[in-house]
Amino acid sequence: MAVASTNARPSVASRFLGVIADITSRPSGAIGLALVTFHLFLAIFGPWLAPYDYKAVDANLMMQAPSGAHWFGTDHLGRDTFSRTLLGGREAILVTGIATPIAVLWGGFVGIFFGLVGGRLDDVLMRVVDAFLSLPWILKMLVLIVTFGTGIEVLIPTLAFFYGIPVIRIARAATHDVVARDFIQAARARGHGRMTIIQRELLPNVRDALLVEGAMRWSWMLLAFSSLSFLGFGVSPPTPDWGLMIADARGFMSFAPWGVLAPVIGLSSLIIGINLTADALAKALGIDRAQKAPV
Amino acid sequence: MKDMVTKEPLIQVRDLSVGFTGRAGHTLPVLRNIDLAVRRGESLGLVGESGSGKSTLALAMMGYLKRGLRVIGGGTHFAGLDMFTLSRKELEGIRGGRLALIPQNSGQSLTPTLKIGAQLSEALRLHSKLPEAEHSARVVQLLEQVRLPDPSAIAGRYPHELSGGQQQRAAIAMALAGEPEALLLDEPTTGLDVTTQAHILELLRDLAAETGMAMVYVSHDLGAIARVCDRVVVMYAGEAVLEGPVREVLRNPAHPYARGLLASIPKLTDARLPMALEGRPPPPGKAGDGCAFVDRCAIATDVCRTSRPALATVPSGARVRCHHADRADSLPTRSPADADPRVIAEDAILSLGDLSISYARPGFLDQILGRKPATTPTVDGITIELEKGETLGLVGESGSGKSTILKAVAGLLPPAGGRIELAGDGVLPPLVDTRRPDQLRRVQLIFQNPDESLNPRQTIAEILAQPLKLYFGLSGEALRQRIEDLLESVRLGAHYMDRLPSQLSGGEKQRVAVARAFAAEPDLVLCDEVTSALDVSVQAAVLDLLDQLRRSRNTAYVFVSHDLAVVRALSDRVAVLYQGRLCEIGPAAAVYAAPSHPYTEVLLGAVLEPDPDTVPTLSAADIVELSPPARGCPFQRRCPRKIGPQCDTETPPWQDDGHGHAIRCHIPREAL
Ligand SMILES: Nc1ncnc2c1ncn2[C@@H]1O[C@H](COP(=O)(O)OP(=O)(O)O)[C@@H](O)[C@H]1O
Ligand code: SF4
Ligand code: SF4
Ligand SMILES: [Mg+2]
Repeated sequence: MAVASTNARPSVASRFLGVIADITSRPSGAIGLALVTFHLFLAIFGPWLAPYDYKAVDANLMMQAPSGAHWFGTDHLGRDTFSRTLLGGREAILVTGIATPIAVLWGGFVGIFFGLVGGRLDDVLMRVVDAFLSLPWILKMLVLIVTFGTGIEVLIPTLAFFYGIPVIRIARAATHDVVARDFIQAARARGHGRMTIIQRELLPNVRDALLVEGAMRWSWMLLAFSSLSFLGFGVSPPTPDWGLMIADARGFMSFAPWGVLAPVIGLSSLIIGINLTADALAKALGIDRAQKAPV
Repeated sequence: MKDMVTKEPLIQVRDLSVGFTGRAGHTLPVLRNIDLAVRRGESLGLVGESGSGKSTLALAMMGYLKRGLRVIGGGTHFAGLDMFTLSRKELEGIRGGRLALIPQNSGQSLTPTLKIGAQLSEALRLHSKLPEAEHSARVVQLLEQVRLPDPSAIAGRYPHELSGGQQQRAAIAMALAGEPEALLLDEPTTGLDVTTQAHILELLRDLAAETGMAMVYVSHDLGAIARVCDRVVVMYAGEAVLEGPVREVLRNPAHPYARGLLASIPKLTDARLPMALEGRPPPPGKAGDGCAFVDRCAIATDVCRTSRPALATVPSGARVRCHHADRADSLPTRSPADADPRVIAEDAILSLGDLSISYARPGFLDQILGRKPATTPTVDGITIELEKGETLGLVGESGSGKSTILKAVAGLLPPAGGRIELAGDGVLPPLVDTRRPDQLRRVQLIFQNPDESLNPRQTIAEILAQPLKLYFGLSGEALRQRIEDLLESVRLGAHYMDRLPSQLSGGEKQRVAVARAFAAEPDLVLCDEVTSALDVSVQAAVLDLLDQLRRSRNTAYVFVSHDLAVVRALSDRVAVLYQGRLCEIGPAAAVYAAPSHPYTEVLLGAVLEPDPDTVPTLSAADIVELSPPARGCPFQRRCPRKIGPQCDTETPPWQDDGHGHAIRCHIPREAL
């Protein structure tokens, strides 16, 4: 209830800075945001930072243990695992970084639309969405990939499509919540048009829920992408990718565990970072994640 | 009851201070140097506005602090045990057993998936030494003890199958399972209807007398405190500012804040507006070196700014934290003067003709055949005329259809029948979509809870700009100027413009909602429980504001509230509603005096006055009806004065006194 500042003109920029400040004021949020920033930095500047060429094969250096020269050892083709781990997130971050906003946008649009329309149409759509969600995701993706092939131009729309569907539910639920509140009733009673009410009263409130949902979707999507790579449907060799690296090194687990460990640390630190940030973001925006969490 | 009060305190709080660490790293206190004792058989009341620390203190007595809070100094003992040094196991043994808590909304704290009987057995297993075999008998006994009808049937029900009052009784039965020596109650009747509240309070009084347990009763409602407590502690900004016997504190309190609080309570016997207590308490850490109340105190002197008063005993026996307690009685405890009377033209602005509203949608077949739905409408037969500048109070328990009527007038719900007529505009189309902008402008609605009715993502300026742009097409400097004027008119400065609702206090938010309604320059404002979510002192300020606005603009109000004293303070005429049907309507003074409709009588009897010597009369059964009866009098099932079968079958006639006071009952007017 305390008045934070007298003249805070809450422009988009200042609200953004306020939210960032709020996130970093929590230890978990600060750690999360640092991890995400670190990974984004590596994804951009990795090629200049990597000590070795990621595709330089050297038969003399196969399966080396970690050393001063090769911090994370080398793989079965003698390539430097450290350099490959450093670069192993680029593809995943690029693909999911494009697919996530698309998923949130289309899922959000459809969800808000049906949330507003309500009635039978809405009930029917939700049945369809629920049925769809009950299928194992890997099955849905594989069907598509097997049909259309792999490669970025297939992966991005595929991921965006599938991960937009759960967003529909969130957007619809958030819309229902907001529509029931008195400020919407007040706007209706004043006689504002439908579009004005949607734009001014509804969207600003649903947007926050979608933002948090987007962050969550991103981490799920990263996992999915890495799993596809692991199964050989994602990135094609020799491009370094965590999922692919885990698949390659898996056979040598018993005597060269660093080959699996390094990409696992890379992937999981990014995912943990995103989750911590999403949690802190939800708290900063005042959204109860316990309610809004996807099923 | 009195002779059971022992010398030895059961709960002893000594110099307790509790606080949290603020963002800047400072310790910010929420309780400061609390000293008090509760003896066996005694009932102590803790009163204060929201944020004053009442609940924190009550929970601390159980050795419990909310997350982030810690003890800064002092401590609290229960039966000689230092509560903040006990182990978790020891605490678990005491809490819920020897020392039980009934939290706010305790009805909701019942486990929804467990039957009442099972929950009580569980409480017995944890907190009593009774053998398993005797549990079911004891469960019935406990439910009987809290006066629930048909205890064995209730034991077999789930919480959601009980009414609010019944849930509260079940929660009290749970607390009694461990035969507690002391019961802590945190706002146990807040949110319940007046009649239900009165019943629960009588139950608590009886239980205290029967069992000899001590009670600590936390409430912002001095009326409830007056009914159940022997002694009262008044809290302000984390301090106990006044402690004394209930009569002393409620009749002639020796602390300026307590007097202001008392004066801000609307009273059933007083048709005047209560006195507003301007300003608000300092947030934690901002109380300064002097008295925490200094900025709002009318008799403050220099010493009040520089030195913090100690809790000192005054001649009457009360303990007061004030430098000038001897001068406190110069401050009034009720409104000093009568306001100037308002002139109300005999010129109708709104007229409702036989309005009925039904939530049940007609079925497909009914629609084709043009039949009305078979179920009885939620609201029926509402015929009311409202003059220009007049305020009509609409009272009734929750679910009586008050909000429903307002929504229909505002065009948010389609009426099932009847007409809504606005002077100059003729009969209004049923829904907002079909009303003309000017018709919409003339009728504005203010909601109960400003947290819900103000968009949390819009600044105050954006919120106020909506009606100005929509109805008057204002923009640029003209818009800005008008927003400033509006803020001024609700006594908020222009510096509020760029704030978000979350940066305002509850009272300030409601002022913004009022300003938004008045931005449209309406002829009629519909107020739906607009002060129910506010503290009493804030409520008084909002009532005062509404009064000023209607005087300067000659606006008519329909003022809906479940609080009869609040309605009395503002209304010229009052209508009483039961199950969506009018029972009585007339000038406020006439409705609040005899003769009354039996339902009005029940409502008036249940109102709690902040005075220990007014006893509520509880005549009607404490039950909740879910739908109105199809025929006869709407009040037939609960009426304590029902005269015979005609009440069940024949719609009672309106009996008018020729001066606009009408009662709808089969009992002849002379006998009412
Ligand atoms: N949206 C709704 N659908 C069905 N019934 C409703 C709805 N809103 C309110 N009711 C019912 O209509 C009756 C009147 O409610 P309401 O107008 O909210 O009363 P009040 O404002 O006096 O508390 C109650 O029985 C309530 O349960
Ligand atoms: S100490 Fe001074 S400021 Fe505080 S209540 Fe007493 S008179 Fe008022
Ligand atoms: S008509 Fe009958 S039931 Fe209704 S209030 Fe009068 S006496 Fe009671
Ligand atoms: Mg209501």
